[in-house]
Amino acid sequence: MAKKAIGPVRRTFTPWEDSSAKPFIEFRNVTKRFGDFTAVDNLSLKIYEREFFALLGGSGCGKTTMMRMLAGFESPTEGQILLDGQDMAGVPPYKRPANMMFQSYALFPHMSVEGNIAFGLKQDGMAKADIAARVAEMLRLVKLEPFAKRKPHQLSGGQRQRVALARALAKRPKVLLLDEPLGALDRKLREETQFELMNIQEELKTTFLIVTHDQEEAMTVADRIAVMDAGKIMQVATPAEIYETPNSRFVADFIGDINLMEARVVSTSEDGTVMQAVALGCQIETSQTTTAAVGDTVWYAVRPEKIRIELGETEHAEGTTAVNQTNGEIWDIAYMGDVSIFHSHVGNGNGVSIRSTVANVTRLVERPLTWDDKVTLSWGRDAGVILTN
Amino acid sequence: MRNGPSWFNVTSLVLGFSFLYLPIVLLVVFSFNESRLVTVWGGFSTKWYGELFRNTQLLDAAKVTLEVAFLSASCATVLGTMAALVLNRSGRFPGRSMFSGMIFAPLVMPEVILGLSLLLLFVAIDQSRGFWTIMIAHTTFAMCYVAVVVQSRLVGFDRSIEEAAEDLGSPPLKTFFLITLPLIFPAVVAGWMLAFTLSLDDLVIASFTTGPGATTLPMKIYSQVRLGVTPEINAVCTILVGLVTVGVIAASITTKRREQQRQRDERAAIAQG
Repeated sequence: MAKKAIGPVRRTFTPWEDSSAKPFIEFRNVTKRFGDFTAVDNLSLKIYEREFFALLGGSGCGKTTMMRMLAGFESPTEGQILLDGQDMAGVPPYKRPANMMFQSYALFPHMSVEGNIAFGLKQDGMAKADIAARVAEMLRLVKLEPFAKRKPHQLSGGQRQRVALARALAKRPKVLLLDEPLGALDRKLREETQFELMNIQEELKTTFLIVTHDQEEAMTVADRIAVMDAGKIMQVATPAEIYETPNSRFVADFIGDINLMEARVVSTSEDGTVMQAVALGCQIETSQTTTAAVGDTVWYAVRPEKIRIELGETEHAEGTTAVNQTNGEIWDIAYMGDVSIFHSHVGNGNGVSIRSTVANVTRLVERPLTWDDKVTLSWGRDAGVILTN
Repeated sequence: MRNGPSWFNVTSLVLGFSFLYLPIVLLVVFSFNESRLVTVWGGFSTKWYGELFRNTQLLDAAKVTLEVAFLSASCATVLGTMAALVLNRSGRFPGRSMFSGMIFAPLVMPEVILGLSLLLLFVAIDQSRGFWTIMIAHTTFAMCYVAVVVQSRLVGFDRSIEEAAEDLGSPPLKTFFLITLPLIFPAVVAGWMLAFTLSLDDLVIASFTTGPGATTLPMKIYSQVRLGVTPEINAVCTILVGLVTVGVIAASITTKRREQQRQRDERAAIAQG
């Protein structure tokens, strides 16, 4: 079940575009300071019911602190956190309708898999028969039925991870918090588990909040991503929007690979913007409008896979400038198996290079381009995005 | 290339172990001596063990000792565990290193000073001395040993396990009894056993804090030895040595078995992926 398939399915669940929708989790001007260090800086965020939301950022950006404040392990220095309309100030972790899956899994080593899953239910004083039924249901959900009687140290890493997930979901929390849930798994298992997580989320219709530093993981599982840096949210948007239209150089650079070209605005109109690339010696035309004034220096950001690379330089008649294309020379090639990344020097050897990704549709021996080839690099009018900050 | 240990290693081993165990071996051997004279071998006999069980004074002293050891070890375990938890958990507060230093100071404090200061305290508060004062004194010096043992276990403790329990709806105190205590239990038991042993063989502090009617076995043995060592005393000591040896061997075997089982389980879990 590929939830991220391109098409109408993807677009049906967009509560954040509905101004009348009530946020399920709300951070209102939340600040958290540890001594002199500000971990979270006057941050506001709305997350909606049934959303799979990702907090993405490098280490120390405040994403884990956000999650711990929501779980109740830290209290905000300033500001308010609301969960389902209720102010969470002063509510201890054991009374919050949110359950967390810990990075280290934090399984109880002296209890069996069953005992771990039943722990939260016992705290609620649920009837024995109901607990047994719920535990069985959870074991089925994470496909661990044969391992019910095992202790955590008798399980592999992937199985432990699934016990931790089942334990956190057993109480049917309003929100499931996932702290780097797949960090300890190897790549293959991680990819499988990402899809499993998405399926479970669709089945249970619970709001999931995941904290991760892995952008691929965030893009795979999340409906929306908040990119964080130094305690602030840089951008909140869907994975496609974050990738295609980053709002700042930080986000553009943080997510995926990107070519940032310095340019000066030549003219602006409702139909678009014309810029003169500083190092490339060509003009950039785009249908995107900008708030920057004529003469301002801006950055034009284009993803490597949106740059076409063709053998041979393109000559231009005297007095005309190339538009959205430049000549270059292949300087380095990274062969990744499925794609090759070409680094081409452009702009008459002043050290600027442009990366372009090409899918390896033919076998390597038939690749038409090689080192030191003169090439033409070009991109479409809507390939990139103008960044002013 | 020669196989086996060198003569130097063998000599060191023999010398070292003789130094450690020769006195104890002598004590055990002479407890089975027929003769009343301690240093003259008069043939094998177990009669002194029979004598021992008819010696009500020694048996009473043994009873007092075990009672004091049991009670003081239990109190010291509760207090020592609490101290270890506070020092490990409360983060940084002013004077933290001073407090942790003060907890461990009695480990190196001369017993005479400890005993004297406790005696002064009991006199000052006009507490009549006897069974309970020995118990309190033993609790005082044993709790820091318990704190050391428990704290070493807490250092490697993953706090997120407790957070997980709280997250799943268990209040902090309940979390302690359901999660923390079972996980640090081996250290708590080890601490209790250490405290029990320390109380069992303490002579100095007990002598300072005792009163009429409360004589512990070490005190009894010491006072009898001043009148001359009897084979009866050897018999008592042999029984004590035997108990301690059995206890230590049993503990190390169970720990080793458990560790091996655990490693087997982990290998099995990894193998089946």
